[in-house]
Amino acid sequence: MNKLQRTDTSMVTGTVAYAGNTRRVMKQEQRHIIELNDVSIHYGDFRAVKDVNLSIPEKAVTAFIGPSGCGKSTVLRSINRMNDLIPGSWIKGTVAFNGHDLYDEEVDPVLIRRKIGMVFQKPNPFPKTIFENIAWGARINGYRGNYEELVEKSLRGAALWDEVKDKLKENALRLSGGQQQRLCIARAIAVQPEVILMDEPASALDPIATAKIEELISTLRNDYTIIIVTHNMSQASRVSDYTAFYMVDDHRTGYLEEYGKTADLFLNPKNEKTEQYISGKFG
Amino acid sequence: MGIQHMNDFGSTKEVESLIHSRRRTDLIWKVVFIIGTCMAILFLVLLLSSIINSVFGYAALRYSVDPVELVYGKESVKDFTREELIDSMNSHLSSGIMRRVLSEKSLEEHSNKELVSIIEEFIVEPKVLRTWTLTESLFSRPAIEEFVQKEEGAYLSFRSWLSPQFLVTEQSSDPYKAGIRTAILGSLWIMLITFGFAFPIGVAAAIYLQEYAVDNRLNRILQLNIFNLSAVPSIIYGLLGLAIFVRAMEPVTSGAVFSSLATDGTANGRTILSGGLTLGLLILPIIIINTQEALKAIPDSLRMSAYGVGATKWQTIWHHLLPVSIDRILTGTILALSRALGETAPLVVIGASTFIAVDPSGLFSKFTTLPIQIYQWSSRPQGAYRNIAAAAIIALLVLLMLLNGTAIYLRNRVTKKKSLE
Repeated sequence: MNKLQRTDTSMVTGTVAYAGNTRRVMKQEQRHIIELNDVSIHYGDFRAVKDVNLSIPEKAVTAFIGPSGCGKSTVLRSINRMNDLIPGSWIKGTVAFNGHDLYDEEVDPVLIRRKIGMVFQKPNPFPKTIFENIAWGARINGYRGNYEELVEKSLRGAALWDEVKDKLKENALRLSGGQQQRLCIARAIAVQPEVILMDEPASALDPIATAKIEELISTLRNDYTIIIVTHNMSQASRVSDYTAFYMVDDHRTGYLEEYGKTADLFLNPKNEKTEQYISGKFG
Repeated sequence: MGIQHMNDFGSTKEVESLIHSRRRTDLIWKVVFIIGTCMAILFLVLLLSSIINSVFGYAALRYSVDPVELVYGKESVKDFTREELIDSMNSHLSSGIMRRVLSEKSLEEHSNKELVSIIEEFIVEPKVLRTWTLTESLFSRPAIEEFVQKEEGAYLSFRSWLSPQFLVTEQSSDPYKAGIRTAILGSLWIMLITFGFAFPIGVAAAIYLQEYAVDNRLNRILQLNIFNLSAVPSIIYGLLGLAIFVRAMEPVTSGAVFSSLATDGTANGRTILSGGLTLGLLILPIIIINTQEALKAIPDSLRMSAYGVGATKWQTIWHHLLPVSIDRILTGTILALSRALGETAPLVVIGASTFIAVDPSGLFSKFTTLPIQIYQWSSRPQGAYRNIAAAAIIALLVLLMLLNGTAIYLRNRVTKKKSLE
């Protein structure tokens, strides 16, 4: 039932053609930046996710898809220890980041969250100026460079600079929803993370804003490892290189059903459940 | 039955009669609510009018020395020329009081206004024989005049017991001269101590309980007890303050341990410090609960976004949670302070002075506060005390309104901020 298609490093080479798009040529040696080994996540007595084994390749986009309650967001939040903030949550197994277990006693979750940034479902900029939204994260982490440059670079990185360069001192809450979400992405990249986690980043946005976010994600993959949770399967197929499909069992516990290159998973799913889900038969 | 269309809601006639009775019920309730509102307004108006009724009105006064005797043909000291003022002082002021006046500055340096008040206070010395309320003054004029006719040397004066003079004069055993300066200063001092004590501790406790404490049995019991404490009658806090601050901590609260600072050796721990700390205890649970509510109202997404860029808990609280909630926290604190401002019982229990004519000068002074002053004056039998009690009530109400007005202003700022989101 819980078959895992772990991506082999030697497989991720060559050009992937899917849905009319020509994907870039993958690097010869794809490194795995994050590895989950037998991860189970519990909220008190309730087991939310069981036995997830997953290796996430560096500088690529990995999508988590699956029906509601399958634990895809829970797994995502375990990667930067956001689950720690939920009272009663605990984890079994190891989540390795660059080969080190994130849940080791010596690891400070505060430091982890700078290296592994996060963008949330609902745009949540700070109720401060646009400038301060970007600069704050850098400042509290002891950034020593020039803040004007950092803000410009981050906003350009999030494709927002041209829209806001004249109103950096305005309150970020005056921006539109889509702009706010790109600001949140700019805020995340301002602290120079290696990984960006995105929890349904476009689900609260209109189609045009969604398209901009998707475009942005395909630019960001050159510099960052991106993991995106989405319930929109066409979005997953458009933006991601790899897709992990989660399912939920009879005890409402989520598990990883299938994982592989996005093209393979969508065109030739190995599991019946995967095929049913991506063809819209449930979920 | 004919061809009338039947459905589950009955016939047209039944529907009509039902809507009629529904409308009637509606109307009855509306009337009930209007009556409730009217009653509330009525009682407020009654309260205010009974106070104002006592603040203004005729007073029958008698001079020790009539101004006419000082200068022929002038009925009020205010009409005197400067020479007449100085003459009257030289001829009528006792040498002791004259020395006191001169010890401050020479007669030439005194302004006319100062001379007038000296003459009125020490030579003319008006005494209150009887006072009348505003309604009596308006409607029983003949009876009042009859009274004045009978009393030898009495004259009638319409006065407002609340005056700028009343606010800045110290307490006196003569209601005509008494003011509330000591009480206002006492109240302000107490408020300062109460705020300085309860605000930091209350906010700190609230931040711990709301942001740090885990949800376990111990913390739930703690939370329940804070709710209970906020409902404990204030006199209990007075007893607590008496036991702890006045008795057990006397060396500290009387200033004896800092002997050089002690300004008043007779206070024995019944000082401004004790009073302020006692009221601080009283409003501590209110501030904690209010601050917790303010923090609870902040959406979790703000916390998440701060943690998401690698903020520590304290950075999140200091840079995001407190700036967003400070208006609400302050609003609640001010409302709590205005409750403390009106408290009488706990201060009476810890032994606030009821008669004190010296301005409080620091933490270790004896003190009285506005509510205590009002309580003391309103329990005196002489009529004029009731008038100055009413005047002091107006002063207290104005002070409370200023505090609550600030709170409303801050609350409006919160609403504005919200509309931005």
